[in-house]
Amino acid sequence: MDLNLTADETKFRDELRTWLEANVPKDWGEWREKPLEESFPYLRAWQRKLYEGGWAAVSWPKEFGGRSATLMEQSLFWEEMARVEAPPMANSLGLGLIGPTIIAYGTDEQKKRFIPKILSAEEIWCQGFSEPNAGSDLASLQTEARLDGDHYIVNGQKVWTSYGWIGDWCELVVRTDPNVPKHKGLSVLLIDMKSLGVEVRPLKQMTGESEFNEIFFRDVRVPVANLLGKVNDGWNVAVSTLMYERGSYGARLHLLFKRNINRLIELSHKFQKNGHPAAQDPITREKLAQCYAEIEIMRWNQLRAFSRITATGVPGPEGSIQKIFWSELNQRVQQIAQEIFGPYGQLLAGDKNAVDNGIWSYGYLRTRGNTIEAGTSEVQRNIIGHFVLGLPRSY
Amino acid sequence: MQFGLSESQQMLKDNARKFFAGECPMEEVRRLMETETAYDQTLWEKMAEQGYTGIIFSEEYGGVGLGKVELALLMEESGRALLPGPFFSTVALAGAVIDAVASPEHQKKYLAPTCAGDARSTVAFLEANASWNPSEIQIAAANGALTGEKLFVPDAAVADFIVVIARNGIFAVASKASGMRITPMLGMDLTRKLYRIEFQNTPAEKIGDISALAKGFDIATTALVCELVGGMQRTLDITVEYAKMRKQFGKPIGMFQAVQHQCADMYLETESSRSAAYYAAWALEENAPDASVAVSIAKMYASDAARSVGNRGIQVHGGMGFTWENDVHLYYRRAKSSETAFGDSTFHRERIARLVIDADERLAKSA
Repeated sequence: MDLNLTADETKFRDELRTWLEANVPKDWGEWREKPLEESFPYLRAWQRKLYEGGWAAVSWPKEFGGRSATLMEQSLFWEEMARVEAPPMANSLGLGLIGPTIIAYGTDEQKKRFIPKILSAEEIWCQGFSEPNAGSDLASLQTEARLDGDHYIVNGQKVWTSYGWIGDWCELVVRTDPNVPKHKGLSVLLIDMKSLGVEVRPLKQMTGESEFNEIFFRDVRVPVANLLGKVNDGWNVAVSTLMYERGSYGARLHLLFKRNINRLIELSHKFQKNGHPAAQDPITREKLAQCYAEIEIMRWNQLRAFSRITATGVPGPEGSIQKIFWSELNQRVQQIAQEIFGPYGQLLAGDKNAVDNGIWSYGYLRTRGNTIEAGTSEVQRNIIGHFVLGLPRSY
Repeated sequence: MQFGLSESQQMLKDNARKFFAGECPMEEVRRLMETETAYDQTLWEKMAEQGYTGIIFSEEYGGVGLGKVELALLMEESGRALLPGPFFSTVALAGAVIDAVASPEHQKKYLAPTCAGDARSTVAFLEANASWNPSEIQIAAANGALTGEKLFVPDAAVADFIVVIARNGIFAVASKASGMRITPMLGMDLTRKLYRIEFQNTPAEKIGDISALAKGFDIATTALVCELVGGMQRTLDITVEYAKMRKQFGKPIGMFQAVQHQCADMYLETESSRSAAYYAAWALEENAPDASVAVSIAKMYASDAARSVGNRGIQVHGGMGFTWENDVHLYYRRAKSSETAFGDSTFHRERIARLVIDADERLAKSA
């Protein structure tokens, strides 16, 4: 056990720090609040810059343009990015989830064709997994791909697709064999979103914005060459993407949470509760301290998980405690924010009395999604029960 | 950066698990908890032979000279075994306090027999007001003697000397000192006996100042958290085994999500407590700037988590969980005693608030 940085880790961090100091855009603050449609070219340019510096996908193997960074180095990467308040990258799904899946399952041609443009943000990727009737039970999905010569004909509907509106390509899970048990008849296709028969619609969520899309496929022709992995082995391909989803998320979240709680502590000295600053109210203090503590524990859980992955080579289902931990914690942080702000907490962006221009009223609503997206808390508890504790499958 | 155990740390932990499983299985725990002091001389001698009684103390005094992380792992395993007797009181509490506050001369006097397994000890802190805040201590030494009362002192009846925290210093009192009366308090935890000590002009040797106490208490608190983690893990293991085996409605009850999700939450609480405990131990070893906050985070979280894991464990066991013969309640009793020791979660949340929230305000004002 040694939580000090190794010489290699220090070198990695210092090199990155130097690069970021010279290259991080200074005007991100002016763009941050704008709708994504407006800021997207800006984010694309920023990723391009990272790509040229060799920093777009540090976790990827060197031969594919990454740095073969260890999990600890990846964690340092996100820490440093947060420290300088760097903008996010445009192609975050391509870099975080889909690129690694193509590297793991793709043919040489697919790797050559897709990987460089994921890195450079020339092609933005989205992910077509969930369907109206297939959420937690993903394997029951119904979007079908029928073989017709050297093409698949795709028909069906996907929901909750992030970046659908700007996506050039989509990692799509489809049913290629309806006559076998549900997990065994799935395949993954790489679909050009400009294909005839693809229709993208915004999905308005309870926050009022449209982070996600619905995508409709009507007789869309996809070359067989765009099959990722083996036919009817799509479940394994999809699960590996989901594992990346759980692995790479945590490091960034911790820093975001840390910033939130620090800001909340700052604000708790200004807002009054029962005639004195909220920070002096015994119950508010306790709740803030509890959240502060759990945000630290979230990081320690993560570091232990990283060390375990480094020792065993694969992310394990233990990662499921992190998803439950951060999503439920984030909801509690937002709840305390509301308690501190009182009636001001409900004010939306645009009201002159809104706290921090409405980020907390937005956060209160948005975090309800946290325990649902990327595997509901219920599914995570099933995974722990069955795969970690060895209890019989409950579903 | 590596937050896993090194090879030698893993070996120490594995050996401790084997040792306690062999020398102090649950039948032995149950035998000892029915005795007056829950102490067994032979077991103590075997622990001394393993080097456990000197694990963190200097080789100069006959100790092993290992760090706080190694102590943490040993405590985790002793907690898993629900080890009765004065190991925590002697090594992680009195020993750590002496190590932190005493002069080399006093260290040698008290730690050398501790390492050799010849002396057991404890710390007397709480008084009638039950406050863990040192500034609320009433008892004070006058002319080298103590008069007053201490409560909730663990393992005092088997201690060869007692470290007494007084207003005007930290004192060592020999068990045979005049004017001292030790009587049992009937605590819920049958494996760690608690005592009331009355001092009447009892001779006491000053060994240190109260200002140096915090470091010793941080070590003791972290060790106790690790012990809780071991108990939580054992409770989880017993419960999962039972949920796989027990059938109702023709199925193992662990197949029902209402049961399975309780087990998943027990796992989450246990693992998160362990992360916090290990981090605190490491931070103390390294004298990291956030060490005290880390200790409070660990104690705060594990105090609540241990109770919650116990609640869930008993519930999943159903009627069996409510019987005397099931072991879960023995861990549950220990967890309650440890929950309040060195401050419960409310106490530590306030300590975190002072260190983090109030510090933030001071920073803002000075800016």
